[in-house]
Amino acid sequence: MAITGLILIAFLVMHMFGNLKMFIGAEAYNHYAEWLKGALESGGILEPLLPHGWFIWIFRAFMLACLILHIYCAAKVWAASLRGRGSRYVSVTRREQTVSARLMRWGGIALALLLIFHILMFTTKTIRPGFEASDDPYSMFVGAFGNWWVLAAYIVFMLVVCLHVRHGFWSAFTTLGGNVSPQARTILNALAYFVAALIFVGFMLPPVAVFLNLGVN
Amino acid sequence: MRIKLRIWRQAGPDAPGAMQTYQLDNVSEKMSFLEMLDMLNEQLTAQDIEPVAFDHDCREGICGMCGVVIDGSAHGRYNSAVPTTTCQLHMRSFADGAVIDVEPWRAGAFPVIKDLVVDRKAFDRVIQAGGYISVNTGSAPDAHATPAPKRQSEKAFDNATCIGCGACVAACPNGSGMLFTSAKITHLAMLPQGQPERALRVKAMVAAHDAAGFGGCTNIGECASVCPKQIPLASIGQLNRDLIASLFKGDGK
Ligand code: HEM
Ligand code: SF4
Ligand code: FES
Repeated sequence: MAITGLILIAFLVMHMFGNLKMFIGAEAYNHYAEWLKGALESGGILEPLLPHGWFIWIFRAFMLACLILHIYCAAKVWAASLRGRGSRYVSVTRREQTVSARLMRWGGIALALLLIFHILMFTTKTIRPGFEASDDPYSMFVGAFGNWWVLAAYIVFMLVVCLHVRHGFWSAFTTLGGNVSPQARTILNALAYFVAALIFVGFMLPPVAVFLNLGVN
Repeated sequence: MRIKLRIWRQAGPDAPGAMQTYQLDNVSEKMSFLEMLDMLNEQLTAQDIEPVAFDHDCREGICGMCGVVIDGSAHGRYNSAVPTTTCQLHMRSFADGAVIDVEPWRAGAFPVIKDLVVDRKAFDRVIQAGGYISVNTGSAPDAHATPAPKRQSEKAFDNATCIGCGACVAACPNGSGMLFTSAKITHLAMLPQGQPERALRVKAMVAAHDAAGFGGCTNIGECASVCPKQIPLASIGQLNRDLIASLFKGDGK
Protein backbone atom coordinates (compact mmCIF):
# COMPACT_ATOMS: atom_id res chain seq x y z
CA MET A 1 0.00 0.00 0.00
CA ALA A 2 2.82 2.38 0.94
CA ILE A 3 4.85 1.53 -2.15
CA THR A 4 1.97 1.83 -4.61
CA GLY A 5 0.88 5.04 -2.89
CA LEU A 6 4.32 6.58 -3.28
CA ILE A 7 4.43 5.56 -6.96
CA LEU A 8 1.07 7.28 -7.46
CA ILE A 9 2.38 10.41 -5.73
CA ALA A 10 5.50 10.37 -7.93
CA PHE A 11 3.20 10.16 -10.95
CA LEU A 12 1.23 13.16 -9.66
CA VAL A 13 4.39 15.23 -9.37
CA MET A 14 5.44 14.31 -12.94
CA HIS A 15 1.95 15.01 -14.25
CA MET A 16 1.90 18.37 -12.52
CA PHE A 17 5.29 19.20 -13.96
CA GLY A 18 4.03 18.27 -17.44
CA ASN A 19 0.95 20.45 -17.06
CA LEU A 20 3.11 23.44 -16.16
CA LYS A 21 4.62 23.18 -19.67
CA MET A 22 1.42 24.93 -20.65
CA PHE A 23 3.03 28.24 -19.65
CA ILE A 24 5.78 27.78 -22.23
CA GLY A 25 3.18 27.73 -24.96
CA ALA A 26 0.98 25.53 -27.11
CA GLU A 27 3.82 24.03 -29.07
CA ALA A 28 5.86 22.92 -26.07
CA TYR A 29 2.81 21.45 -24.38
CA ASN A 30 1.56 19.53 -27.41
CA HIS A 31 5.04 18.35 -28.22
CA TYR A 32 5.38 16.95 -24.71
CA ALA A 33 1.99 15.20 -24.88
CA GLU A 34 2.81 13.65 -28.21
CA TRP A 35 6.25 12.65 -27.09
CA LEU A 36 4.69 10.70 -24.20
CA LYS A 37 2.29 8.95 -26.54
CA GLY A 38 4.99 8.24 -29.13
CA ALA A 39 2.93 10.22 -31.64
CA LEU A 40 5.76 12.44 -32.86
CA GLU A 41 7.16 12.00 -36.32
CA SER A 42 10.57 11.40 -34.80
CA GLY A 43 9.02 8.83 -32.48
CA GLY A 44 8.69 9.60 -28.79
CA ILE A 45 9.78 8.60 -25.32
CA LEU A 46 12.02 5.54 -25.13
CA GLU A 47 12.22 5.16 -28.89
CA PRO A 48 13.88 3.25 -30.45
CA LEU A 49 14.21 1.12 -27.29
CA LEU A 50 10.49 0.34 -27.48
CA PRO A 51 8.45 0.07 -30.67
CA HIS A 52 6.42 3.09 -31.70
CA GLY A 53 3.67 4.01 -29.25
CA TRP A 54 4.32 1.15 -26.85
CA PHE A 55 5.57 3.21 -23.94
CA ILE A 56 2.24 4.89 -23.18
CA TRP A 57 0.43 1.56 -23.01
CA ILE A 58 3.03 -0.09 -20.81
CA PHE A 59 2.95 2.96 -18.57
CA ARG A 60 -0.86 3.00 -18.41
CA ALA A 61 -0.93 -0.70 -17.53
CA PHE A 62 1.67 -0.14 -14.82
CA MET A 63 -0.24 2.81 -13.30
CA LEU A 64 -3.49 0.88 -13.43
CA ALA A 65 -1.83 -2.08 -11.70
CA CYS A 66 -0.53 0.23 -8.95
CA LEU A 67 -3.95 1.80 -8.56
CA ILE A 68 -5.72 -1.55 -8.34
CA LEU A 69 -3.20 -2.95 -5.84
CA HIS A 70 -3.52 0.23 -3.80
CA ILE A 71 -7.31 -0.04 -3.69
CA TYR A 72 -7.15 -3.75 -2.93
CA CYS A 73 -4.88 -3.13 0.09
CA ALA A 74 -7.12 -0.27 1.22
CA ALA A 75 -10.15 -2.56 1.13
CA LYS A 76 -8.32 -5.15 3.24
CA VAL A 77 -7.26 -2.58 5.83
CA TRP A 78 -10.77 -1.16 5.92
CA ALA A 79 -12.26 -4.60 6.52
CA ALA A 80 -9.73 -5.27 9.31
CA SER A 81 -10.70 -1.96 10.95
CA LEU A 82 -14.39 -2.71 10.88
CA ARG A 83 -13.63 -6.00 12.63
CA GLY A 84 -10.97 -4.46 14.88
CA ARG A 85 -12.89 -1.56 16.32
CA GLY A 86 -15.96 -3.58 17.32
CA SER A 87 -19.05 -1.76 18.56
CA ARG A 88 -19.12 2.02 18.27
CA TYR A 89 -18.60 4.50 21.08
CA VAL A 90 -21.48 6.66 22.22
CA SER A 91 -19.09 9.60 22.53
CA VAL A 92 -15.72 10.00 20.84
CA THR A 93 -13.03 12.62 21.47
CA ARG A 94 -10.04 12.56 19.13
CA ARG A 95 -6.78 14.13 20.19
CA GLU A 96 -4.47 13.57 17.23
CA GLN A 97 -6.37 12.46 14.16
CA THR A 98 -6.01 14.97 11.36
CA VAL A 99 -8.78 15.83 8.92
CA SER A 100 -6.76 14.18 6.18
CA ALA A 101 -6.34 10.95 8.18
CA ARG A 102 -10.05 10.90 8.91
CA LEU A 103 -10.97 11.28 5.25
CA MET A 104 -8.61 8.67 3.77
CA ARG A 105 -11.28 6.10 3.01
CA TRP A 106 -14.28 8.11 1.85
CA GLY A 107 -11.88 10.61 0.29
CA GLY A 108 -10.18 7.76 -1.55
CA ILE A 109 -13.51 6.68 -3.01
CA ALA A 110 -14.28 10.26 -4.06
CA LEU A 111 -10.81 10.46 -5.60
CA ALA A 112 -11.38 7.31 -7.65
CA LEU A 113 -14.71 8.65 -8.96
CA LEU A 114 -13.18 12.02 -9.84
CA LEU A 115 -10.31 10.24 -11.58
CA ILE A 116 -12.79 8.38 -13.76
CA PHE A 117 -14.42 11.71 -14.61
CA HIS A 118 -10.99 13.15 -15.41
CA ILE A 119 -10.09 10.29 -17.77
CA LEU A 120 -13.51 10.47 -19.44
CA MET A 121 -12.77 14.10 -20.11
CA PHE A 122 -9.15 14.33 -21.24
CA THR A 123 -8.23 10.81 -22.30
CA THR A 124 -11.30 9.22 -23.86
CA LYS A 125 -12.83 12.66 -24.58
CA THR A 126 -16.31 11.37 -23.81
CA ILE A 127 -17.14 14.49 -21.81
CA ARG A 128 -16.13 17.50 -23.92
CA PRO A 129 -16.91 20.82 -22.26
CA GLY A 130 -15.67 23.56 -24.61
CA PHE A 131 -13.53 21.44 -26.95
CA GLU A 132 -13.78 18.97 -29.83
CA ALA A 133 -12.48 15.40 -29.87
CA SER A 134 -10.15 16.37 -32.68
CA ASP A 135 -8.51 19.20 -30.71
CA ASP A 136 -4.86 19.01 -29.75
CA PRO A 137 -4.14 18.65 -25.98
CA TYR A 138 -3.47 22.38 -25.57
CA SER A 139 -6.73 23.54 -27.18
CA MET A 140 -8.53 20.91 -25.16
CA PHE A 141 -7.03 22.29 -21.96
CA VAL A 142 -7.83 25.90 -22.82
CA GLY A 143 -11.33 25.03 -24.02
CA ALA A 144 -12.21 23.05 -20.91
CA PHE A 145 -10.99 25.53 -18.34
CA GLY A 146 -12.85 28.41 -19.94
CA ASN A 147 -15.87 26.92 -18.13
CA TRP A 148 -16.28 27.94 -14.51
CA TRP A 149 -17.81 24.60 -13.56
CA VAL A 150 -14.84 22.66 -14.92
CA LEU A 151 -12.56 24.87 -12.88
CA ALA A 152 -14.75 24.36 -9.79
CA ALA A 153 -14.78 20.59 -10.32
CA TYR A 154 -10.99 20.52 -10.54
CA ILE A 155 -10.61 22.61 -7.40
CA VAL A 156 -12.68 19.99 -5.59
CA PHE A 157 -10.71 17.21 -7.31
CA MET A 158 -7.39 18.67 -6.25
CA LEU A 159 -8.56 19.31 -2.67
CA VAL A 160 -9.53 15.65 -2.42
CA VAL A 161 -6.21 14.58 -3.97
CA CYS A 162 -4.13 16.77 -1.69
CA LEU A 163 -5.91 15.72 1.48
CA HIS A 164 -5.24 12.12 0.46
CA VAL A 165 -1.60 12.88 -0.26
CA ARG A 166 -1.20 14.79 3.03
CA HIS A 167 -1.87 11.77 5.23
CA GLY A 168 -0.73 9.27 2.60
CA PHE A 169 2.78 10.66 2.25
CA TRP A 170 3.46 10.65 5.98
CA SER A 171 1.81 7.28 6.46
CA ALA A 172 3.70 5.60 3.61
CA PHE A 173 7.09 6.64 4.96
CA THR A 174 6.10 5.57 8.47
CA THR A 175 5.01 2.17 7.24
CA LEU A 176 8.34 1.82 5.47
CA GLY A 177 10.12 2.46 8.77
CA GLY A 178 10.98 6.15 8.39
CA ASN A 179 9.47 7.31 11.66
CA VAL A 180 11.85 6.23 14.41
CA SER A 181 12.06 9.41 16.49
CA PRO A 182 9.89 12.41 17.39
CA GLN A 183 12.07 14.55 15.08
CA ALA A 184 11.49 12.16 12.20
CA ARG A 185 7.76 12.43 12.87
CA THR A 186 7.88 16.22 12.68
CA ILE A 187 9.96 16.17 9.50
CA LEU A 188 7.82 13.57 7.72
CA ASN A 189 4.65 15.45 8.59
CA ALA A 190 6.12 18.76 7.43
CA LEU A 191 7.21 17.15 4.16
CA ALA A 192 3.73 15.73 3.71
CA TYR A 193 2.20 19.21 4.04
CA PHE A 194 4.79 20.57 1.64
CA VAL A 195 4.18 17.93 -1.03
CA ALA A 196 0.40 18.27 -0.72
CA ALA A 197 0.61 22.06 -1.03
CA LEU A 198 3.04 21.83 -3.93
CA ILE A 199 0.75 19.48 -5.83
CA PHE A 200 -2.26 21.68 -5.17
CA VAL A 201 -0.61 24.88 -6.31
CA GLY A 202 1.22 23.27 -9.23
CA PHE A 203 -1.91 21.62 -10.60
CA MET A 204 -4.17 24.61 -10.08
CA LEU A 205 -1.90 27.27 -11.63
CA PRO A 206 -2.53 26.37 -15.31
CA PRO A 207 -6.34 26.01 -15.05
CA VAL A 208 -6.64 29.25 -13.06
CA ALA A 209 -4.43 31.06 -15.59
CA VAL A 210 -6.59 29.76 -18.44
CA PHE A 211 -9.78 30.79 -16.69
CA LEU A 212 -8.53 34.29 -15.93
CA ASN A 213 -6.88 34.63 -19.35
CA LEU A 214 -3.50 35.32 -17.81
CA GLY A 215 -0.47 34.74 -19.97
CA VAL A 216 -2.09 31.93 -21.89
CA ASN A 217 -3.09 32.37 -25.50
CA MET B 1 -19.53 18.74 43.35
CA ARG B 2 -22.67 17.40 41.73
CA ILE B 3 -22.22 15.32 38.63
CA LYS B 4 -24.39 13.32 36.30
CA LEU B 5 -22.95 10.04 35.03
CA ARG B 6 -24.02 8.23 31.91
CA ILE B 7 -22.54 4.75 32.24
CA TRP B 8 -22.57 1.80 29.84
CA ARG B 9 -24.44 -1.07 31.50
CA GLN B 10 -24.23 -4.51 29.96
CA ALA B 11 -25.25 -7.58 31.95
CA GLY B 12 -22.98 -10.05 30.16
CA PRO B 13 -20.87 -10.71 27.08
CA ASP B 14 -23.82 -11.38 24.79
CA ALA B 15 -26.39 -9.15 26.48
CA PRO B 16 -27.32 -5.89 24.79
CA GLY B 17 -25.92 -2.79 26.50
CA ALA B 18 -27.12 0.77 26.94
CA MET B 19 -26.15 4.02 28.67
CA GLN B 20 -27.78 4.52 32.09
CA THR B 21 -27.93 7.87 33.84
CA TYR B 22 -27.05 8.32 37.53
CA GLN B 23 -26.98 11.46 39.64
CA LEU B 24 -24.19 11.77 42.21
CA ASP B 25 -24.02 14.54 44.83
CA ASN B 26 -21.32 15.51 47.32
CA VAL B 27 -18.47 14.34 45.16
CA SER B 28 -15.15 15.71 46.41
CA GLU B 29 -12.79 17.07 43.78
CA LYS B 30 -9.99 15.28 45.63
CA MET B 31 -11.51 11.90 44.80
CA SER B 32 -9.96 9.83 42.07
CA PHE B 33 -12.26 8.77 39.29
CA LEU B 34 -12.37 5.24 40.71
CA GLU B 35 -13.20 6.50 44.21
CA MET B 36 -16.07 8.38 42.65
CA LEU B 37 -17.24 5.11 41.04
CA ASP B 38 -16.89 3.39 44.46
CA MET B 39 -19.15 6.06 45.89
CA LEU B 40 -21.65 5.50 43.12
CA ASN B 41 -21.60 1.76 43.77
CA GLU B 42 -22.29 2.25 47.49
CA GLN B 43 -25.23 4.44 46.57
CA LEU B 44 -26.49 1.86 44.06
CA THR B 45 -26.09 -0.98 46.57
CA ALA B 46 -28.13 0.96 49.12
CA GLN B 47 -30.81 1.43 46.47
CA ASP B 48 -30.71 -2.29 45.69
CA ILE B 49 -29.40 -1.71 42.17
CA GLU B 50 -26.63 -3.90 40.76
CA PRO B 51 -23.30 -1.99 41.19
CA VAL B 52 -21.31 -1.01 38.12
CA ALA B 53 -18.59 -3.55 37.33
CA PHE B 54 -15.21 -1.99 36.58
CA ASP B 55 -11.63 -3.29 36.64
CA HIS B 56 -8.93 -1.93 38.92
CA ASP B 57 -6.05 -3.12 41.01
CA CYS B 58 -3.09 -0.96 42.02
CA ARG B 59 -4.84 2.40 41.82
CA GLU B 60 -1.46 4.02 41.38
CA GLY B 61 -1.07 3.93 37.61
CA ILE B 62 1.20 0.91 37.28
CA CYS B 63 -0.89 -2.22 36.77
CA GLY B 64 -2.91 -1.33 33.68
CA MET B 65 -6.22 -2.76 34.90
CA CYS B 66 -8.39 0.31 35.23
CA GLY B 67 -8.97 1.71 31.76
CA VAL B 68 -12.34 3.09 30.74
CA VAL B 69 -13.30 5.60 28.08
CA ILE B 70 -14.46 8.86 29.67
CA ASP B 71 -16.31 11.34 27.44
CA GLY B 72 -14.88 9.56 24.41
CA SER B 73 -11.27 9.77 25.59
CA ALA B 74 -9.34 6.69 26.79
CA HIS B 75 -8.45 7.06 30.51
CA GLY B 76 -10.22 10.45 30.29
CA ARG B 77 -7.18 12.35 29.10
CA TYR B 78 -9.11 14.89 26.92
CA ASN B 79 -6.83 17.83 26.23
CA SER B 80 -4.82 17.47 29.40
CA ALA B 81 -1.08 17.94 29.03
CA VAL B 82 -0.40 15.05 31.40
CA PRO B 83 -0.89 11.44 30.35
CA THR B 84 -2.88 9.49 32.91
CA THR B 85 -4.55 6.24 33.85
CA THR B 86 -8.18 6.30 34.97
CA CYS B 87 -7.14 5.63 38.59
CA GLN B 88 -4.86 8.67 38.53
CA LEU B 89 -7.52 10.97 37.10
CA HIS B 90 -9.12 13.16 39.74
CA MET B 91 -12.53 14.72 39.94
CA ARG B 92 -10.97 18.21 39.97
CA SER B 93 -10.52 17.67 36.23
CA PHE B 94 -14.29 17.99 35.84
CA ALA B 95 -16.58 20.98 36.23
CA ASP B 96 -19.30 21.07 38.86
CA GLY B 97 -22.52 19.89 37.27
CA ALA B 98 -20.70 18.02 34.51
CA VAL B 99 -22.35 15.22 32.57
CA ILE B 100 -19.76 12.46 32.21
CA ASP B 101 -20.02 9.56 29.76
CA VAL B 102 -18.27 6.36 30.85
CA GLU B 103 -17.84 3.48 28.42
CA PRO B 104 -15.74 0.31 28.30
CA TRP B 105 -12.84 -0.10 25.85
CA ARG B 106 -14.51 -0.95 22.56
CA ALA B 107 -12.55 -3.15 20.20
CA GLY B 108 -13.21 -6.34 18.30
CA ALA B 109 -10.36 -8.03 20.17
CA PHE B 110 -11.57 -6.84 23.62
CA PRO B 111 -15.08 -8.23 24.13
CA VAL B 112 -17.06 -6.75 27.03
CA ILE B 113 -17.43 -9.14 29.98
CA LYS B 114 -19.73 -6.93 32.00
CA ASP B 115 -20.45 -3.18 32.16
CA LEU B 116 -17.01 -1.54 31.97
CA VAL B 117 -14.95 -4.73 32.22
CA VAL B 118 -13.41 -6.10 29.05
CA ASP B 119 -11.45 -9.24 28.25
CA ARG B 120 -7.88 -8.31 27.26
CA LYS B 121 -6.55 -11.84 26.78
CA ALA B 122 -5.82 -10.94 23.16
CA PHE B 123 -2.78 -9.04 24.50
CA ASP B 124 -1.57 -12.23 26.22
CA ARG B 125 -1.74 -14.07 22.91
CA VAL B 126 0.45 -11.42 21.29
CA ILE B 127 3.01 -11.65 24.12
CA GLN B 128 2.97 -15.46 24.05
CA ALA B 129 3.89 -15.34 20.38
CA GLY B 130 7.28 -13.72 21.04
CA GLY B 131 7.35 -11.17 23.84
CA TYR B 132 10.16 -12.96 25.67
CA ILE B 133 13.77 -14.06 25.31
CA SER B 134 14.88 -17.69 25.59
CA VAL B 135 17.67 -18.27 28.11
CA ASN B 136 18.78 -21.13 30.29
CA THR B 137 17.77 -20.63 33.89
CA GLY B 138 20.33 -21.07 36.62
CA SER B 139 22.35 -18.65 38.66
CA ALA B 140 21.80 -15.02 37.66
CA PRO B 141 24.51 -13.73 35.29
CA ASP B 142 26.65 -10.80 36.39
CA ALA B 143 24.92 -7.50 35.70
CA HIS B 144 27.82 -6.35 33.56
CA ALA B 145 28.38 -9.62 31.73
CA THR B 146 26.60 -8.35 28.60
CA PRO B 147 27.23 -4.69 27.84
CA ALA B 148 24.18 -2.74 26.61
CA PRO B 149 24.77 0.66 24.99
CA LYS B 150 23.23 3.53 26.94
CA ARG B 151 21.06 5.05 24.24
CA GLN B 152 19.58 1.69 23.29
CA SER B 153 19.10 0.52 26.84
CA GLU B 154 17.21 3.71 27.68
CA LYS B 155 14.96 3.22 24.70
CA ALA B 156 14.42 -0.37 25.78
CA PHE B 157 13.51 0.78 29.27
CA ASP B 158 11.08 3.43 28.02
CA ASN B 159 9.30 0.82 25.95
CA ALA B 160 9.34 -1.73 28.76
CA THR B 161 7.17 0.62 30.83
CA CYS B 162 4.05 -0.37 28.86
CA ILE B 163 1.51 -1.61 31.40
CA GLY B 164 -0.69 -3.39 28.88
CA CYS B 165 -3.70 -1.25 29.74
CA GLY B 166 -5.16 -1.32 26.23
CA ALA B 167 -5.86 2.42 25.93
CA CYS B 168 -4.02 2.44 22.61
CA VAL B 169 -6.46 -0.11 21.18
CA ALA B 170 -9.45 1.65 22.71
CA ALA B 171 -8.49 5.01 21.20
CA CYS B 172 -7.53 3.68 17.78
CA PRO B 173 -10.14 4.27 15.04
CA ASN B 174 -8.95 0.95 13.57
CA GLY B 175 -8.92 -0.98 16.86
CA SER B 176 -5.28 -1.78 16.22
CA GLY B 177 -2.94 -3.08 18.92
CA MET B 178 0.22 -1.96 17.14
CA LEU B 179 1.45 0.44 19.83
CA PHE B 180 1.31 -2.29 22.47
CA THR B 181 2.98 -4.81 20.14
CA SER B 182 5.63 -2.32 19.07
CA ALA B 183 6.48 -1.43 22.69
CA LYS B 184 7.50 -5.03 23.31
CA ILE B 185 9.25 -5.34 19.95
CA THR B 186 11.27 -2.17 20.55
CA HIS B 187 12.04 -3.11 24.15
CA LEU B 188 13.63 -6.43 23.14
CA ALA B 189 15.09 -5.24 19.82
CA MET B 190 17.23 -2.65 21.60
CA LEU B 191 18.94 -5.12 23.92
CA PRO B 192 21.70 -7.64 23.14
CA GLN B 193 19.61 -10.38 24.76
CA GLY B 194 16.82 -9.74 22.26
CA GLN B 195 18.95 -10.21 19.14
CA PRO B 196 18.88 -14.00 18.55
CA GLU B 197 15.09 -14.09 18.22
CA ARG B 198 14.63 -10.59 16.80
CA ALA B 199 13.46 -11.45 13.27
CA LEU B 200 11.39 -14.41 14.38
CA ARG B 201 9.78 -12.39 17.18
CA VAL B 202 8.55 -9.54 15.01
CA LYS B 203 7.00 -11.87 12.45
CA ALA B 204 5.35 -14.04 15.11
CA MET B 205 4.02 -11.15 17.18
CA VAL B 206 2.58 -9.27 14.20
CA ALA B 207 0.92 -12.47 12.97
CA ALA B 208 -0.52 -13.11 16.45
CA HIS B 209 -1.68 -9.50 16.62
CA ASP B 210 -3.62 -9.86 13.37
CA ALA B 211 -4.97 -13.29 14.32
CA ALA B 212 -6.21 -11.92 17.67
CA GLY B 213 -8.67 -9.69 15.77
CA PHE B 214 -6.94 -6.31 16.06
CA GLY B 215 -7.20 -3.91 13.13
CA GLY B 216 -4.30 -2.63 11.03
CA CYS B 217 -2.32 0.51 11.88
CA THR B 218 -2.85 3.49 9.56
CA ASN B 219 -0.48 5.85 11.40
CA ILE B 220 -3.11 8.15 12.87
CA GLY B 221 -1.46 8.68 16.26
CA GLU B 222 -4.43 8.48 18.65
CA CYS B 223 -2.77 5.55 20.49
CA ALA B 224 0.41 7.34 21.53
CA SER B 225 -1.55 10.42 22.53
CA VAL B 226 -3.58 8.57 25.18
CA CYS B 227 -0.87 6.15 26.31
CA PRO B 228 -0.36 6.68 30.05
CA LYS B 229 3.25 5.56 29.68
CA GLN B 230 3.98 7.77 26.66
CA ILE B 231 5.05 4.93 24.39
CA PRO B 232 5.83 6.99 21.25
CA LEU B 233 4.56 6.44 17.74
CA ALA B 234 8.23 5.96 16.83
CA SER B 235 8.00 2.49 18.41
CA ILE B 236 5.61 1.49 15.64
CA GLY B 237 8.22 2.86 13.22
CA GLN B 238 10.79 0.56 14.82
CA LEU B 239 8.42 -2.38 14.49
CA ASN B 240 7.88 -1.60 10.80
CA ARG B 241 11.62 -1.39 10.29
CA ASP B 242 12.21 -4.73 11.99
CA LEU B 243 9.33 -6.34 10.13
CA ILE B 244 10.68 -5.25 6.75
CA ALA B 245 14.20 -6.39 7.72
CA SER B 246 12.83 -9.74 8.90
CA LEU B 247 11.40 -10.42 5.45
CA PHE B 248 14.97 -10.73 4.17
CA LYS B 249 16.02 -13.14 6.92
CA GLY B 250 15.51 -16.90 6.86
CA ASP B 251 14.00 -16.99 10.36
CA GLY B 252 10.38 -18.03 10.54
CA LYS B 253 9.96 -18.97 6.90
C1 HEM C 1 -5.76 20.38 -12.10
C2 HEM C 1 -5.48 19.12 -12.17
C3 HEM C 1 -5.26 18.32 -13.44
C4 HEM C 1 -5.27 18.72 -14.76
C5 HEM C 1 -5.50 20.11 -15.32
C6 HEM C 1 -5.01 17.56 -15.54
C7 HEM C 1 -4.94 17.57 -16.92
C8 HEM C 1 -4.79 16.43 -17.69
C9 HEM C 1 -4.77 16.41 -19.13
C10 HEM C 1 -4.92 17.63 -20.03
C11 HEM C 1 -4.60 15.11 -19.51
C12 HEM C 1 -4.53 14.58 -20.94
C13 HEM C 1 -3.18 14.76 -21.50
C14 HEM C 1 -3.13 14.30 -22.94
O1 HEM C 1 -4.15 13.99 -23.53
O2 HEM C 1 -2.01 14.25 -23.43
C15 HEM C 1 -4.52 14.30 -18.32
C16 HEM C 1 -4.36 12.93 -18.27
C17 HEM C 1 -4.37 12.16 -17.10
N1 HEM C 1 -4.41 12.62 -15.79
FE1 HEM C 1 -4.61 14.52 -15.25
N2 HEM C 1 -4.85 16.48 -14.70
C18 HEM C 1 -5.01 16.91 -13.39
C19 HEM C 1 -4.93 16.16 -12.22
C20 HEM C 1 -4.80 14.77 -12.20
C21 HEM C 1 -4.75 13.97 -11.00
C22 HEM C 1 -4.85 14.52 -9.59
C23 HEM C 1 -4.60 12.66 -11.38
C24 HEM C 1 -4.49 11.40 -10.54
C25 HEM C 1 -5.09 11.16 -9.45
C26 HEM C 1 -4.55 12.66 -12.82
C27 HEM C 1 -4.41 11.53 -13.56
C28 HEM C 1 -4.39 11.52 -14.95
C29 HEM C 1 -4.35 10.32 -15.72
C30 HEM C 1 -4.31 8.89 -15.16
C31 HEM C 1 -4.35 10.73 -17.07
C32 HEM C 1 -4.39 9.86 -18.30
C33 HEM C 1 -3.15 9.35 -18.74
C34 HEM C 1 -3.35 8.70 -20.08
O3 HEM C 1 -3.75 9.37 -21.02
O4 HEM C 1 -3.07 7.51 -20.13
N3 HEM C 1 -4.66 13.94 -13.28
N4 HEM C 1 -4.63 15.13 -17.19
S1 SF4 D 1 1.24 1.07 24.74
FE1 SF4 D 1 0.50 2.53 26.29
S2 SF4 D 1 -1.73 2.59 25.94
FE2 SF4 D 1 -0.97 0.75 24.91
S3 SF4 D 1 -1.18 -0.91 26.42
FE3 SF4 D 1 0.91 -0.10 26.67
S4 SF4 D 1 0.71 1.47 28.28
FE4 SF4 D 1 -1.38 1.04 27.57
S1 FES E 1 -5.65 0.56 38.79
FE1 FES E 1 -3.60 -0.01 38.23
S2 FES E 1 -3.19 1.38 36.62
FE2 FES E 1 -5.10 2.10 37.33
